[in-house]
Amino acid sequence: MPKKLVIPIGPQHPALKEPASFDVTLQGEKAENILVKLGYNHRGIEKACETKPYLHDSYIIERVCGICSHSHSTCFLQAVEEIANLQVPMRAKYIRSIIGEMERIHSHLLWLGVAAHEIGFDTLLMYTWRDREIVMDLLALLTGNRVNYAVNVLGGVKKDITEEDKAQILKAVDALEERTKYYIQVCQEELTLIKRLSHVGYLSHDDAVKMGAVGPTGRASSITRDTRKDDPYAAYEEVDFKVISDDHCDVYGRALVRVGELMETYSIIRQLLKKLPATPLSVPAPRIIPAGEALSRYEAPRGEDCHYVKANGTDKPERVKLRAPTLANVQAVSAMLKKGYLADVTIVIAAIDPCFSCTDRMIVAVNDGSDMTWGQLREQSINWYKKNRGVDFTKVKLKIS
Amino acid sequence: MISALISILIFPGFLFLFILALAAEYVDRKLYARMQTRLGPPWFQPFADFVKLLAKELIIPENADRLIFKVLPLVACAAAATAFLYMPKWNTNSVFSFRGDIVAVIYIMTIPTLTYFLGGWYSRSLYSLLGSMRVLTQLFSYEVPLLMAVLAPAILASSWTFSNVIDFYSANGFLFLVNIIGFGVALVAVQGKLEKVPFDIPEAETEIVAGTFTEYTGPLYAYFKLAMNIQTISVATLLSAVFLPFGYHSGFILGMLIFLLKILFIISLLAVGRTIFARIRMDQMVRFCWQYLTPLALLQILINIILKAMIIK
Repeated sequence: MPKKLVIPIGPQHPALKEPASFDVTLQGEKAENILVKLGYNHRGIEKACETKPYLHDSYIIERVCGICSHSHSTCFLQAVEEIANLQVPMRAKYIRSIIGEMERIHSHLLWLGVAAHEIGFDTLLMYTWRDREIVMDLLALLTGNRVNYAVNVLGGVKKDITEEDKAQILKAVDALEERTKYYIQVCQEELTLIKRLSHVGYLSHDDAVKMGAVGPTGRASSITRDTRKDDPYAAYEEVDFKVISDDHCDVYGRALVRVGELMETYSIIRQLLKKLPATPLSVPAPRIIPAGEALSRYEAPRGEDCHYVKANGTDKPERVKLRAPTLANVQAVSAMLKKGYLADVTIVIAAIDPCFSCTDRMIVAVNDGSDMTWGQLREQSINWYKKNRGVDFTKVKLKIS
Repeated sequence: MISALISILIFPGFLFLFILALAAEYVDRKLYARMQTRLGPPWFQPFADFVKLLAKELIIPENADRLIFKVLPLVACAAAATAFLYMPKWNTNSVFSFRGDIVAVIYIMTIPTLTYFLGGWYSRSLYSLLGSMRVLTQLFSYEVPLLMAVLAPAILASSWTFSNVIDFYSANGFLFLVNIIGFGVALVAVQGKLEKVPFDIPEAETEIVAGTFTEYTGPLYAYFKLAMNIQTISVATLLSAVFLPFGYHSGFILGMLIFLLKILFIISLLAVGRTIFARIRMDQMVRFCWQYLTPLALLQILINIILKAMIIK
């Protein structure tokens, strides 16, 4: 039997924005097998959080990701606020949502550019990144920073949106909407782009459900699931928007979902700005958080972000656990890459919009005799949701093959 | 002897070609940048890049064949430049013309592509290896339509020689416009020859780093880049001689101006092509070349044969 060619993509490779390793076994131009190796970016964020007070943690958490920094920060603070039973003022919730949606705009535009670069369409990259500057400048205007906005504090936000800011935002949103319409047209009409993205990285609906794909990756496989709709946080209960989904199940579908979401985002920002209530920006927060635990969910641009915080009655958390959306999506990548071409490997990886530095964690399995079976875990989660969120999942049937 | 040396080394030989090649790179990069709403490089950037690369350290992979690894970039440069010498510039005759030089030029222009393949093959690196295999696969796809498209006008002129073809079309006014399909086919095929988007598959950065050139550094890479730029000029000269055969009888100054304008036109078209498309996959490229380009080139040949029968009648 002839020796197979194994091409290393990573840890250092022009296509990768962060170190990760994919060993592709080739059969001609076709990829036969892919070995995914993560863990080059482990930074000990969770442990660092456990050794610092809550105030410092909000800064650390903001630096989990360079793109969705606001998502992580909001998600973490929501959990802490739930434990401390803080009632965040409505205006703060609105501002959090507005900044979160702007973050979605810049993340999706960034993704569109990266995806275009992966398929050698550098013109689209230059166009999208030029337009992304509009929203980056806007964020700098509102918060003082282009990334890591630091607008959240425990119990509210620290930056207000004034009337002049509102006018600026509306103007920028109009400009961006105009540009996004053009990108939708490009995605629907540009032949080489369609050829390169269609039937690539196929993930069927059933596979997506089984592997727990979240965010645009899941929605492109017609999973109509969006935390903003299903478990509304911040101000999302008060706005009207559609959950964009697509049934292409491939990279092309993921691109369509993202540009579609951009259009929804503009409408969300407009609605939020119109209704922006006049309340104080924050409530005073205690330094010491009472004992308790909370799980907070947040629809980050890449998908559902989960933060679990356990407090022990001191000024430091006992345990902080992050589940970044990439972790939920990365399992699906190996299924997507089956029987693909080498040329498609990088675009398929890029299509889940991976953020490996958000994802890398160290797991140590310790068996202390308190193992739970799957059934027990499920029962516990059903009870938890019944008690804390008032949702009854008893009737939901699970099909596990 | 001396005049031959001058025409090889200085004008219209290597020095002239060197300047043209750098200018071609500048025009291509500037247009590409402006169409992407970027600023683009200053006019001396290609030359600065060339000098900078010459000054860089030369690293040869341990497993590579040292001699072949070093010689190949120079062979590529020489072959691309030779092809240029045999083509007509501002008048109907090239420096050294002979009967059937169209066929010879097309074959000489294949040599740089082969050196890219060999360069990647002898680098003994995974990315280079894949890149060189892609170079060959691509060569077999675009070379046939390119050859047929370029030969179609020659068929109508009943000659394989540049000067005869140009004389034929010059005597027949706007007859060269019938070759418009062939011109389109040749432009697309040439995009593959020059390894530019959408056919930059052999050096697809996001897949195989830099393809065949992954292991080439410093001066050797500079020569490969130069060869690529000279090839751009050679290809543009070939297309302008075969498909835009006018302005060859108007003296040196006007003829030169027309020649440069034609080259600029073709390079601009190539730059537009590389701006508006995404890179396609190898299998799509092969299918595209055989399913669409080759039949179109055949159609052009058919048209020309029918036309020729009518003219003779």
